[in-house]
Amino acid sequence: MAPTPPARDVAIVAFAQSDHRRRTDELSEVELLMPVLHQVLDATGLKTSDIGFTCSGSSDYLAGRAFSFTMALDGVGAWPPISESHVEMDGAWALYEAWVKILTGEADTALVYGYGKSSPGEVRDVLTRQLDPYYVAPLWPDSVALAALQAQSLIDAGDTDEAALAAVAARSRDSATANPHAQVRGSRPQGDYLVRPLRTGDCPPVGDGAAAVILAAGDRARDLCARPAWIRGMDHRIEAHSLGVRDLTDSPSARMAAERAGAFERPVDTAELHAPFSAQEVVLRKALRLGDDVTVNPSGGVLAANPVMAAGLIRLGEAAARIHRGESDRALAHATSGPCLQQNLVAVLEGES
Amino acid sequence: MTSSAAPEVLRAPLVVEFPFTRSLGPVQSAFLTGLRERTVLGVRTGDGRVLVPPVEYDPVTAEEIRELVEVAPTGTVTTWAWNPTPRRDQPLGRPFAWVLVRLDGADTALLHVLDAPGPEAVRTGMRVRIRWAGERTGAITDIACFEPGEAEEDHQPGPHSGRFEDLVTGIVAPARLDYTYSPGRAQSAYISGLSARKTVGERCPSCQKVYVPPRGACPTCGLATQERVEVGPAGTVTTYCIVNIKAKNLDIEVPYVYAHIALDGAGLALHGRIGGIPYDQVRMGLRVEPVWSEGGRYPDHYRPTGEPDADYDTYKELI
Ligand SMILES: [Zn+2]
Repeated sequence: MAPTPPARDVAIVAFAQSDHRRRTDELSEVELLMPVLHQVLDATGLKTSDIGFTCSGSSDYLAGRAFSFTMALDGVGAWPPISESHVEMDGAWALYEAWVKILTGEADTALVYGYGKSSPGEVRDVLTRQLDPYYVAPLWPDSVALAALQAQSLIDAGDTDEAALAAVAARSRDSATANPHAQVRGSRPQGDYLVRPLRTGDCPPVGDGAAAVILAAGDRARDLCARPAWIRGMDHRIEAHSLGVRDLTDSPSARMAAERAGAFERPVDTAELHAPFSAQEVVLRKALRLGDDVTVNPSGGVLAANPVMAAGLIRLGEAAARIHRGESDRALAHATSGPCLQQNLVAVLEGES
Repeated sequence: MTSSAAPEVLRAPLVVEFPFTRSLGPVQSAFLTGLRERTVLGVRTGDGRVLVPPVEYDPVTAEEIRELVEVAPTGTVTTWAWNPTPRRDQPLGRPFAWVLVRLDGADTALLHVLDAPGPEAVRTGMRVRIRWAGERTGAITDIACFEPGEAEEDHQPGPHSGRFEDLVTGIVAPARLDYTYSPGRAQSAYISGLSARKTVGERCPSCQKVYVPPRGACPTCGLATQERVEVGPAGTVTTYCIVNIKAKNLDIEVPYVYAHIALDGAGLALHGRIGGIPYDQVRMGLRVEPVWSEGGRYPDHYRPTGEPDADYDTYKELI
């Protein structure tokens, strides 16, 4: 089925992210978030009162506090009341909601942010609480264990091996040397097995961070940004929730989202992939038909910095920032959520020449 | 008091525990009751595939599916991952393999764990069987784990009515997560101030309002607040209510008064209990001051200062 062209031109016009760090005990969530909010506002010259719609992504389970996102709202000037929404998911899905809001004409500009502090808890255990509560969560399979099952199924299928996975990890962290925000930069040992076949190096660092973007429609976007990153298409899809029903070596949902976003109409030059584990890049390259001529994760990707609930939004932001800087003309940005690439979002971004 | 010295960052353990109580639909009820009776049930889809564990709707067509099928307690590992360091609450306390197992008679795989001496004893395609838990309640953990091998007794896979004596209709899934909570810079300063019996807020650089307790941001201006300001100790009751129901574990006689109190110099009111005055004499505008109990980390309650009531115009913006 051919993608439906969007009714309005909408672009990412500004992007900011925090330095991602192992712990940020001295900062509350709103204190972590506020510098990036101010950066995107300053970049566009907008004030919070100019923003048509605000949408955020985060998870109470990371902080262990109910409705923690309401505290973060202090950072966007939520009084007098603003048009605002929140997704209990990565900020990439908040960006999707904001995009729809602008497409429907309900707003001309949107502020989107995502943040996560993994340091207060054990993120491997915390993420078990998103699993099927009847059959899976009572076994407490942590996020690394589930990713390791996916990696082994790829190895069994002959799609990869441990050396190839180590190369993915090394390339990501080499690329991250040019990214001042990344948490893990430059070469480091692959380390011991965390859950075999995944070694420490195959897994993302645990850390805290935040990101924000501003979206704008049509001429407003041209006023706010010299080279807007136009969203040509965006879609998100989900797999059956039971892992044993899925072919873990493939990602039909990522492929379908890419198709509906128009990713296969013309080649992209850049792809920012949300692959928290090295083996997941193998799955995504295949599903998204990315050839060796595509620059994958020039930022270093999630293996270099993984602020949970912001990491997907950062992929969209990094892809947009490359277009802003003139380093890319057509980029694919991908975000995921859930175990083993359960949910996938794909956006296609373009700059005007 | 204005200070820029970085306060000590506070930390405290935070435990979140919840016993989720969940009801089961007809298929899940039959499956979990079956496990209690050492019987594994799947469900057949419209195109004839057997899903184990079973679900109530076809993951491809979304069609309602109810036809139960008994499968074998033996199966084949479709993929695995060796876990050298078990985490709390995982099924085995010694190193084990996570496995996806396709039970004989099923077309899909079940996630569980395999008890094996080491990773060299595990491979994709190996044959395994269920080791049942000694005490079974109707939960996925009624399967203690898988172990290498074939069945010890004959099983008759085939259609199953799903009828059992005393069906399990719900589960209680306990969960515990441990955190180390840090309140951040602004709230650390507030809490540290309280230990010296001072109430410390932060002033917004734009609207000049003083927030207490401070959270590090002005919600009106969306700006970071930095400047620390001591407020109080006295304040004014801006509004209140009379509490008539005794809370569990709370050693306060009812009725008592719970009030919003605007501390002198603060840009908004905080909450506190009013004491030292009959409950029916508390009023808006009453001037109050904090009363600290021995070793208390925050004011136990507020009592009248004896000053004349504040003029309405002085606190009407803070109600
Ligand atoms: Zn203000």
